[in-house]
Amino acid sequence: MNPPSEPIRLLAFLIGLIIFAALNAAYLVWLERKVAGHVQRRIGPKEVGPFGLLQPLVDGIKLMTKQILVPDHIDPILFRIAPPLLLIPAVMSFVTIPFSETLVARDINLGLLMIFAFASINVLGILLGGWGSNNKYAVIAAARGVSQNVAYEIPMLITVITMVMITHTLNLNEIVRQQAGGIFNWYIFRWSANPLMLVSFLIFFTCSMAETNRAPFDLGEAESELVAGYHTEYSGMGFGLFFMGEYANIVIGCSLATLLFLGGWQCPFGLWPGVHWFLIKLYLLIFTVILIRWTFPRTTIYGLLNLSWKILIPFALFNLILTGAMLKIWPLIFP
Amino acid sequence: MAPGGGRLTMISQELKNALAKLAVNEAVVPDFKDKGFHLDVAVAPDAVAPAAEVMNLAGFFLEAITGVDWLAEGQMEVVYDYNHSISPGRVVIRARVSRATPELPTISAIYPGALWHERETHDFFGIVFTGHPDLKPLLLPEDADFHPLRKDYTS
Amino acid sequence: MSVLAQCDSKETFVLNLGPQHPATHGVLRVKLTMDGEYIRQAEPVLGYIHRMHEKMGENRTWAQFMPNTGRLDYLSALSYNHGYVLAVERAAAIEVPERAEYIRVITVELNRISSHLVWFGAFILDLGGFTPLLYAFDDREIILDLLQAVTGSRLTYCYFRFGGVYNDIEPDFITGTLAFIKRLRARMPMYHNLVTKNIILVKRLKDIGFVPAEMCRKYGATGPVLRGAGVAYDVRRAEPYSVYPELDFDIPTHPEGDSMARYLVRMDEIEQSMRIIEQACTKLPNGPVMAEKAPKIIKPAKGDYYAAVEAARGSFGVRLVSDGTNTPYRLKLRSPSYSNLSLFGEASRGMLLPDALALMGSLDLVIPEIDR
Repeated sequence: MNPPSEPIRLLAFLIGLIIFAALNAAYLVWLERKVAGHVQRRIGPKEVGPFGLLQPLVDGIKLMTKQILVPDHIDPILFRIAPPLLLIPAVMSFVTIPFSETLVARDINLGLLMIFAFASINVLGILLGGWGSNNKYAVIAAARGVSQNVAYEIPMLITVITMVMITHTLNLNEIVRQQAGGIFNWYIFRWSANPLMLVSFLIFFTCSMAETNRAPFDLGEAESELVAGYHTEYSGMGFGLFFMGEYANIVIGCSLATLLFLGGWQCPFGLWPGVHWFLIKLYLLIFTVILIRWTFPRTTIYGLLNLSWKILIPFALFNLILTGAMLKIWPLIFP
Repeated sequence: MAPGGGRLTMISQELKNALAKLAVNEAVVPDFKDKGFHLDVAVAPDAVAPAAEVMNLAGFFLEAITGVDWLAEGQMEVVYDYNHSISPGRVVIRARVSRATPELPTISAIYPGALWHERETHDFFGIVFTGHPDLKPLLLPEDADFHPLRKDYTS
Repeated sequence: MSVLAQCDSKETFVLNLGPQHPATHGVLRVKLTMDGEYIRQAEPVLGYIHRMHEKMGENRTWAQFMPNTGRLDYLSALSYNHGYVLAVERAAAIEVPERAEYIRVITVELNRISSHLVWFGAFILDLGGFTPLLYAFDDREIILDLLQAVTGSRLTYCYFRFGGVYNDIEPDFITGTLAFIKRLRARMPMYHNLVTKNIILVKRLKDIGFVPAEMCRKYGATGPVLRGAGVAYDVRRAEPYSVYPELDFDIPTHPEGDSMARYLVRMDEIEQSMRIIEQACTKLPNGPVMAEKAPKIIKPAKGDYYAAVEAARGSFGVRLVSDGTNTPYRLKLRSPSYSNLSLFGEASRGMLLPDALALMGSLDLVIPEIDR
């Protein structure tokens, strides 16, 4: 059989990725509720389908059939474009993510850059959603969301730059290929490139959690302060899109952490690399993210910004310099 | 420590003397076990603020302010409950005003906690605390013009 | 106060926190004048659940008012029962048998633990941690079951009577209570390890939300708020009532006056209440639970009477004015949260919104008791 032509392949991938994002949003909610349940000595959803597996479907139907209430004091355009603005870039980012060596919609050389370009649009969705709602809680939340995203984008990008200095490429598939051959070739354990690689990973992981507004950094939707944050005024699928976008962003963040540090689709023992390893690592990370949410209380906005500006950015910068120095010194010692 | 008694008999003579100067008749020193307070002083309406000053200097805190409507006598009574958190002793200071013009000065400048108690007493009894910065209803609806705890109030 | 809060900005806006807001735990409304996220002025607006209990008291016989007292503070209703029966017993000079006093102490202290557990859960929920709430409710459920077996209700108790309690306790209750205390003792270290020592929690509570002792005095704040400012004032010790003088317990205080101090005071009080219950269970004498000579129709002599108890939130006082008939002439309920909330406006000035909400949570407000 001939391989399908490029446009058809891309279309099939896009449809597949949208389904993947939607399914992820639906079933991560299920997973979230199950994990929360077990953390809290409850069972979690169990009524609809076996283990409550049909719950997300029912929730989805409920959200879609709900009346979308549009308050009359809002900005009609901004209010409506905000939810898609949050969701679409998140789904677009999936295009360059290599699920396995071949299972990638578009294996482009600037994959990493493209993801960050799209990830930066996501904050616009939060800002416009909060501003367009014309609600004081939503505006405060939007202001928080933006300052948070700006603050955490910096250490995250600095960490990515260190990675790019080590890998010499922006192609995600190539980065994964460099990590072939067992767990000690993963960049998280590549001491020779930079002894502080573990710290880089932690900075990256923390930042991606803050970028996606996950607890304990969910200041934008701190319900005990700001009711529901920037999506206070949204109902029905407007809220659903915000929700999907948030979970898509979590998947993106964890995918990137997997690809950059945990060897992507590589096997820890060097055997049978493939999509299954990528998914296992991805969902383990997501599981960690969920577990953190149900364990920690929320930080405050100034605590959050202090963490970024006073701790993460200096550490990331130090890492950058160290990596640069290592790149020059290492060849001198071991020519 | 005996139940109901304990270390609760100390109200300094100085305080008693200071309050006696303001009292309209002799202060009552009831048995704590029977009444639940140690000193009961009736003062003139004008003297509630000086009395509050005395209590403040003695380090007491204000438990509550409340009113009692003595319909038959045509009077309203305002009762100030003071208590001390370190050397306990409950002091009751009461002042009577006429029902026709129930007015007496505020003590909120001395005890900011009185702001709410006075507003509440104004809600329930219609007693006006002159000098209170904002006597709008606290517990009743904001447009309430009735005083439910007056004995002649019918809904 | 930060530099930002001090500079004079004219761009303020009014934020209505409540009456329906997740942080107010009830129908409290706080009108906040905000400068960005800094609070310029906070004005609590009350009365959304005002029921005029004091008027109801004037229209009922002394005994008929009993159920109302359980509806003031739905989390520690028995303390309010206790305050009211103490006042009426003082007025009508009714003696209470010793067994009834011990049963009162055991049930009130159990109720205090359950109240503090709800506060613990809800407070961490205010800070964005959802999980401790479920654990606290898990423990509280046992208390509710125990108290249900004795009092017949789970939340708004009406168990005490003038001259005793409504019915005697079963031996099962004592074994169940002691088993519960053993269980909670084992779980307290877990709460401390997982919650008290949590770095985020410490950062959010320590050195934030100061309520100094002098402010407490000016506003009449009592209970854990006052003890969190270092003043060891507890009605159970200051004006001993019931059988508290015969029991050995400490008054936990923390001198810092910040949100963390109030948190720790309440956590320590759970431990002290457990001690009290254990002692009371071992000392529990046999005998009647109702005074034999208690009159059926109460007609206290003319005059004023006051009785105070240490409720879970502070000093709860009942001032009675009797005219010698079978209904109260005047019945004033002095509720602790009312005074504790009244200092919020001053204490929260210049604070950031999330810190002010942590402060509000640490005051442990129950709105029906404020609005009465």
